[in-house]
Amino acid sequence: MLLYLLKRLFSLIVTLFVASLVVFVVLEVVPGDPASYMLGINASADTVAALKSELGLDQSRFARYIQWVGGMFQGDFGTSYTYRTPVAEMVRERLNVSLPLTLFALTLAIVLAFPAGLLAASRRGGAADSVVMAITQLGVAIPNFWFAMWLVLLFAIKWQWFSAGGFPGWGEGFFVGMKALVLPAVALALPQASILTRVLRSSLLDVLNEDYVRTARAKGLTRRQALWRHALRNAMIPVLTIIGLQFSFLLAGAIIIENVFFLPGLGRLIFQSIAQRDLIVVESVIMLLVFAVVVVTFLVDIAYAWVDPRMRRGF
Amino acid sequence: MSVAASSRFKTLLPGAFLVLVFFGAALISFFYTPFDVETLNIKNRMLTPNAVNWLGTDHFGRDILSMLMVGARTSIAVAFIAVGIGVLFGVPLGLLAASYRGRWADEFIMRGNDLVFAFPALLIAIMITAVFGPGAVNAIIAIGIFNVPVFARLTRGASLSLWNREFIMAARVAGKGSARISFEHILPNILNLLIVQSTIQFSLGILAEAGLSYVGLGAQPPTPSWGRMLADSQTLTTVAPHLALFPGMVIVLTVLGLNLLGDGLRDWLDPRLRRER
Repeated sequence: MLLYLLKRLFSLIVTLFVASLVVFVVLEVVPGDPASYMLGINASADTVAALKSELGLDQSRFARYIQWVGGMFQGDFGTSYTYRTPVAEMVRERLNVSLPLTLFALTLAIVLAFPAGLLAASRRGGAADSVVMAITQLGVAIPNFWFAMWLVLLFAIKWQWFSAGGFPGWGEGFFVGMKALVLPAVALALPQASILTRVLRSSLLDVLNEDYVRTARAKGLTRRQALWRHALRNAMIPVLTIIGLQFSFLLAGAIIIENVFFLPGLGRLIFQSIAQRDLIVVESVIMLLVFAVVVVTFLVDIAYAWVDPRMRRGF
Repeated sequence: MSVAASSRFKTLLPGAFLVLVFFGAALISFFYTPFDVETLNIKNRMLTPNAVNWLGTDHFGRDILSMLMVGARTSIAVAFIAVGIGVLFGVPLGLLAASYRGRWADEFIMRGNDLVFAFPALLIAIMITAVFGPGAVNAIIAIGIFNVPVFARLTRGASLSLWNREFIMAARVAGKGSARISFEHILPNILNLLIVQSTIQFSLGILAEAGLSYVGLGAQPPTPSWGRMLADSQTLTTVAPHLALFPGMVIVLTVLGLNLLGDGLRDWLDPRLRRER
């Protein structure tokens, strides 16, 4: 287990290192120099040069890469070209919206998927199963931003239960903040809940064919008792993997949903920064998301190997 | 009715029908659309569905049915080429990794896959857009890059078990090299799996293209695209909900059709893979 852990940790570090190189190199070739962009076309060469040295853009690419990566280790993401504020501060502020939104959506997806998956698996082939499968088939086909538009039209504009967009801030109180995230979270959760339901159902059906479930039935448990006492726990492994994967998909997918609801999250920050050639912000946000994806995948792999020793071989 | 036959009626045929309708509409749009999609007719803007404009008109007075037909071309082209990129690069990489299983080339390819997997398609699209500006080509590249590790992993996983089978041993004894065995014996045996996965990636590609166009990273005006039509309709949902209704429904039905077709093909081509137990 220790060897496996070390191997995975090593590959995690290599992946992050190469990813940081890719992000830096790709965004370095972006046409347009941030300093002249910020000052407009009428700026004199001297002013541009002065701003360049202030932003550190006159240093070599290598030095800037080292500075960027070295800074990130200490939680320093550099200074935004446009706003002249520390990127770390801007990101933290936006994470206050994106992270709760992602967790909210993930919780909703799990809360919806478990009863639905269990119901479908326990009534396999029956009417309830067919209905659940038909709904999930639709759920994976509906684009979440389109679904979001109808949520806004019905619940925000027609019935006015929620606001159509924007975020009041957590200063207004926890429930006011959460209320603003309800519609976006529902929109994000729909396809994920559908996928999770299908995975849980098929994983349960796999497990229900195992010998130990037959033994449990033979000793007198009903089908439902066998499902709850023996099958569910064993069916959880693939389900947990998918939940781990979904966390990163949700964090990235939130970029589009934040646009529908005008939420001041990481997604809006990234689009704004591209438009303003604020590349240091783009680089940092992308790196942060990549970091989240890689770390969550790593944790899921470790959990998997811990639960199931067979996974430790030749990962 | 046998299980196979019932599955054919439940998934394969409806799926194939929906997919044919949308491919057909895209093809027909090259020769004929009810109205020209590039002529603006402000006088007839935002008409609800009627006898002349079957699905109504948009905020520029363009016929929605015609725009959906031309938009199908964008969606299908982007998704198709993106799947093509995934297959073209991913399958050989997967075959190579499997033939060098356990050695450094395998390790190198699989770690490269992990690296690409760390970048969700949306992030790749954002990075490409930051460099080259938005456009349909960037959407293709972004979704295509995302597809490469999907196919590489699938190919490697399916090939690995085949390498231990007798008929591969026989081919090796006969003196065939790894590359020849990969293409002559491994590939034909995993083709079904690849076809099914291609259908799934195709449907994901259509969803991704719609999402990218919706946030302005995909097809640019005046090229009609389903995602762009939704983006344009967003501020008008209260006055003209049909502007948002039809493009969305078309996306749902196309993706649904492709998913059903994929499920049906899987059951039909390889009953061992059947999931609907």
